[in-house]
Amino acid sequence: MTRYTLYDNARLLDPASGLDRLGQLLVDSKIIAAIGEKLTVPKDDITIIDCQGKCLAPGLIDMRVFIGIPGADYRDTIQNTGDAAAFGGVTTVCVQPVTSPIIDDLARVEYVMSRTRQAKVRFLTFPALTKQLKGKEMTEIGLMSRAGIKAFTDGNVSIPDATLMRRILKYMSYFDGLVIQHLAEPSLSANGCMNDGELATRLGLPGIPTEAETIMLERDIRLLKKIGTRYHASQITCQDSIEVMRAAKVSGLRITAGVAVPHFALNEFAIEDYRTFAKVSPPLRSEDDRVAVVEALKDGIIDVIVSGHDPEDPENKRVPFEQAEAGVIGLETMLPVALELYHNGHLSLLEVLAKMTCNPARILGLETGVLAEGAPADLCLFDPDTPYKIDADNLISITKNTPFDGRPVQGRVLRTVVGGQTVFDYNAA
Amino acid sequence: MSHAAPSSSLATNNLPFPHRHLLGIEGLKEREITQILDVADMYVEQNRQTNKKKNILQGLTQINLFFENSTRTRMSFELAGKRLGADVINMSTSTSSLKKGETLLDTALTLNAMKPDLLVVRHGQSGAVNLLSQKVSCAVLNAGDGRHEHPTQALLDALTIRRRKGRLARLTVAICGDIAHSRVARSNIYLLTTMGARVRLIGPPTLIPARVERLGVEVFYDMKEGLKDCDIIMMLRVQTERMQGGYFPSISEFFTLYGLDYDKLSVAKDDALIMHPGPMNRGVEIDAAVADDLTRSVIQEQVEMGVAVRMACLDLLTREKRNQVQEAGK
Repeated sequence: MTRYTLYDNARLLDPASGLDRLGQLLVDSKIIAAIGEKLTVPKDDITIIDCQGKCLAPGLIDMRVFIGIPGADYRDTIQNTGDAAAFGGVTTVCVQPVTSPIIDDLARVEYVMSRTRQAKVRFLTFPALTKQLKGKEMTEIGLMSRAGIKAFTDGNVSIPDATLMRRILKYMSYFDGLVIQHLAEPSLSANGCMNDGELATRLGLPGIPTEAETIMLERDIRLLKKIGTRYHASQITCQDSIEVMRAAKVSGLRITAGVAVPHFALNEFAIEDYRTFAKVSPPLRSEDDRVAVVEALKDGIIDVIVSGHDPEDPENKRVPFEQAEAGVIGLETMLPVALELYHNGHLSLLEVLAKMTCNPARILGLETGVLAEGAPADLCLFDPDTPYKIDADNLISITKNTPFDGRPVQGRVLRTVVGGQTVFDYNAA
Repeated sequence: MSHAAPSSSLATNNLPFPHRHLLGIEGLKEREITQILDVADMYVEQNRQTNKKKNILQGLTQINLFFENSTRTRMSFELAGKRLGADVINMSTSTSSLKKGETLLDTALTLNAMKPDLLVVRHGQSGAVNLLSQKVSCAVLNAGDGRHEHPTQALLDALTIRRRKGRLARLTVAICGDIAHSRVARSNIYLLTTMGARVRLIGPPTLIPARVERLGVEVFYDMKEGLKDCDIIMMLRVQTERMQGGYFPSISEFFTLYGLDYDKLSVAKDDALIMHPGPMNRGVEIDAAVADDLTRSVIQEQVEMGVAVRMACLDLLTREKRNQVQEAGK
């Protein structure tokens, strides 16, 4: 293996600096050594990769990924999740604590991290904010913060107790960790399984109103105003929440928001005919809400795009809709589906990439997510124009619960590099 | 009292039916609904004869698969199948023992292997019958799924109305009470609006589902306002078993505001018919005296029409298959 790798003839895309031009990028072992139009490169010990004018961007950081380890390796293994991430150009996977047992203390974090060290991509673990995700007692967030944990979340459940949330925010302010909240006010969302509206009425399914999300967000923002902890709304899905988020950002709160790919690429009609493969939490919303989410991505109210990768085996999906588990896979489809925002003229290529590279890196305090000298060489080489149809059968994930099966997309990951090592090469695969 | 079928009916009696399953009323065309009602009219007459049997389904197997208890509907389907000469098997199973969805599909595959020709399915989950229909090769008839649809109930309601009023178009029909949890209401909304009736929904705001106006109905929260000049009043059972948390303060308040009594009935047309899919909660959604008022209530007639409508559905859903068998035998 050579020490240097030169990525030649690449369209260099760095959303953090606004760089978008043809040039070269030199990697020295694990880090980016130089970026420029025509670099002076070592003569020996070098591999040259001709990028043929394709896009070379920072590797993607996915802030919301569920894994099956421990407790459910029939859903997905660490290796498989890593392979799927590499296929999708994702170089950092942020693991949610919803496993069995729940990741809610340092020992379990270390166990998962030890398991993930052999994977192709980087794994970060987001431990639980409350013990067993029960929303009753906070976990040892101080000890875990001191051990280097960047962010905490209860994954796919919210913290309904306002007093506990207030205490968590206060306690966390001392450690400057990030609190990530799943927005679903349980008394409004508990019995529902899809967006509340005409389609729910037609299908005879109990709905979840958008207020379930917005009320929880408003409550948390009210608490944050007196505390000032860093807070991230994991998924924003409706117009009302966007307005609340806009006002919070204007007021200077340290608050950010994410959205999962299905919430801007699909609307509630994706579940027509009781299609459980499109059942997610929060549920897919109306077309008006979907359009509002796209606008919020455009104007920066939503900072981050996540895949929300959540493998569910068919036994949990091939059941009546109300009984089906929520969740879709997305690591392999995040980039091509997100690129629709670029192809449809809503966002520039750099703006789309920012939501999956430098923005999550900034929020989590990571060195990756940028093309900068000295930064880890986590890279994604892709062709934004390659057209193809997503085929669930060809995906690496063990479970195939994608709502995008058969969807025509444009954008193929050609090479994924983590710490200078190529972990996926489309032409070799 | 005897009510004759409209004279236009027999023309459609021998036509094929263009659907493999009957999973709901949504999506059925006016002419298809008319066809079912016309055929049902014929069976009403047959059921009033001493010899009620017609062996057109001889050799066919009908399985009534009920994941939810329902003696009336199951018996109605059983009677319908037997009067047409089918071999009818009943299978009841509670959802509590079948919480795992795969069991539903396993059951479907097991039954499918037994080569039934008709599967009549009731299930407590919306969409469960659709799911099951994708896994079996025989015709599936929805006997009620969750709060989604109950197509044969709407058809028997329509048959009752049509035989009494001679038409469905331009009638004003009020559907009252627990609309949110009612599959009967949904099927009736689709059917009646398709057939040109004006549909009003009346109930407390908590029991009116979201954006239901988009289905082409008018919504009223006041009974007397909604019932004014109505031709038909359909009362619905208050489904407390499907309600989690309070949708209204008390039974007594519900009855006072939304229970059908003579006072509220007085604003409807003098010849307005009173209907109820049963079983009734007397003193909750309907006053006992009103329910038993044979000059206005057609609740028992609905039960009679139920058997005929179900015979019609079984007949129509097997026509293509029976024709194929006949062709093969020639």
